Amino acid sequence: MAYDWLKGIADRYDAVVIGSGLGGLTGANVLAKCGHKVLLLEHHYQLGGLATWFTRKGGHIFDISLHGFPVGMVKSIRKYWNQDIADSIVQLKGIRFINPQFQVDTTFDRADFSRHLIETFRVAPDTVERFFTDLRAMNFYDNSTETTGEMFDRYFPGRDDVKRFLMEPIAYANGSTLEDPAITYGIVFSNFMSKGVFTFRGGSDVLIRKMAEELKKNGVEVRKHVIVEKVLTDEVDGTKRVTGVVANGRTILCDSVLSNSNIKNTVLRLAGEENFSPDFVALTKAVRINSSSCQVYLGIRKGETLPHIGDLVFTSDAKIFSSAELVDLHTSSRTFSMYYPDTRPDSTRYTVVCSLNATYSDWNNLSDGQYQQEKERLIEESITVLERFIPDVRVKIDWKEAATPRTIEYYTKHWAGTSFGTKFEGLKISMNLPAQLSGLYHAGSVGIIMSGWLGTINYGVIVSNQMDKFLHQKKRATAAPLAVQ
Amino acid sequence: MTKDACKKLVIDIISDIAPDEDLSGIKPEIRLRDQLQLDSMDFLDIVMELRKRHCIEVPEADYGHLASLESCAEYLTPKFPDSAKA
Repeated sequence: MAYDWLKGIADRYDAVVIGSGLGGLTGANVLAKCGHKVLLLEHHYQLGGLATWFTRKGGHIFDISLHGFPVGMVKSIRKYWNQDIADSIVQLKGIRFINPQFQVDTTFDRADFSRHLIETFRVAPDTVERFFTDLRAMNFYDNSTETTGEMFDRYFPGRDDVKRFLMEPIAYANGSTLEDPAITYGIVFSNFMSKGVFTFRGGSDVLIRKMAEELKKNGVEVRKHVIVEKVLTDEVDGTKRVTGVVANGRTILCDSVLSNSNIKNTVLRLAGEENFSPDFVALTKAVRINSSSCQVYLGIRKGETLPHIGDLVFTSDAKIFSSAELVDLHTSSRTFSMYYPDTRPDSTRYTVVCSLNATYSDWNNLSDGQYQQEKERLIEESITVLERFIPDVRVKIDWKEAATPRTIEYYTKHWAGTSFGTKFEGLKISMNLPAQLSGLYHAGSVGIIMSGWLGTINYGVIVSNQMDKFLHQKKRATAAPLAVQ
Repeated sequence: MTKDACKKLVIDIISDIAPDEDLSGIKPEIRLRDQLQLDSMDFLDIVMELRKRHCIEVPEADYGHLASLESCAEYLTPKFPDSAKA
């Protein structure tokens, strides 16, 4: 008989969290610290969602998404996790751009970007100042219909090079395009520009392990290898509400669910259309899924070293930046995340993770033979580009492997294999979920701004606050009759 | 609950949320955001701590009342159960 991964769990929880991405992990931790009984379920054998890692023969550890996050993580990690984890956050200073339009080395913060915009790109200083100040003041509830492309044209008309300098890194960070609302760009870009790019020293494995320890300390029941098949509901006085989940075929009762799955998975698969108004279902179906990613993982043989060529290297052979080129099957735009031994201070190993944006349908429509061929091509092209910076790198590589939108779909179950959640309209669906189905909440990568490491962690907290309020009221309502007696 | 006692409770919460801030010289009538490095997540934390520590619920529409120490005291003091006695 198969092992029972749910062995020993309670019959009932205040909250069941579906998925252990950073939003789910953080939501679970905050809810537990608020005194609620929490069960966290992850279908994979490892926690972290896309903030995860894998190991390969030869002693390689590959980080999937530890490319770099804004300084705001220091504060969020300290507040919603602990000081010890926050103390391991360090800055990455070597950010490089190499493309036919310009070559720039930067620390990726406001001061250095301003310097480049003025000295390298010859933009008027007051325009640069105005751009940064205006962006900093943007709020997600601003009612502006301006797109990011239109905004760039307003500040930097006719400057394709400036547009690329500003847009390319953010497109890799959250899959946004020139056609998305300007505020989605402004908020994320401003977060990075605050102090630069940061990473977690020790790697994703140490980070997630420390988070798991903290969850345990705070009383969260964490179970891996458990897939949630269905959110259970009933109806009281015409109002639908959550009553539990079915996971690995077993019913677990709960008062609330925090879904860290994709919003479309949450509404259309986990809960099901029957629990929502027809209008809400139609709006959910209309939510555009964001683009996906490919990655090439290159492991450097033990004992070999690589020169320092930067921490994040944005490369492209495209003459100008275009959001369509970036997600094309044959894009020449790729980012190299270089992991030197100081990523894991007790190690002497080097790895390279090359990331490309991608379109799910391009990859999903390939036959198995074509799929293997395209993966081989991706690996080959990535190594060839890397050879421009490290000519002898090929002989030092003893592990190479590629991941595609199909890989992401397999491991995360994300709708259409997205790695960046949904376009902006998804946020409204996510936030309105509990009004449709009492007790159902969503905190996953959504709406572009609630994406990336900082975005999903903070969104996990925002939604946990609403859940805490809901659970608090529920507990008080249950306790009240006794108090009167 | 007096207004001064209420201010003290709010300062206690802020000191836990923002341990690096010097809270000794806070001017009650000036916006907290203009004196301290507080962002919208910090204000959300204040809301959560008020619920956790004092069972006080601040609806989203009322978040603006938390702008300064003075407005916090004005808004929150009547919400404490024993405020009628004070």
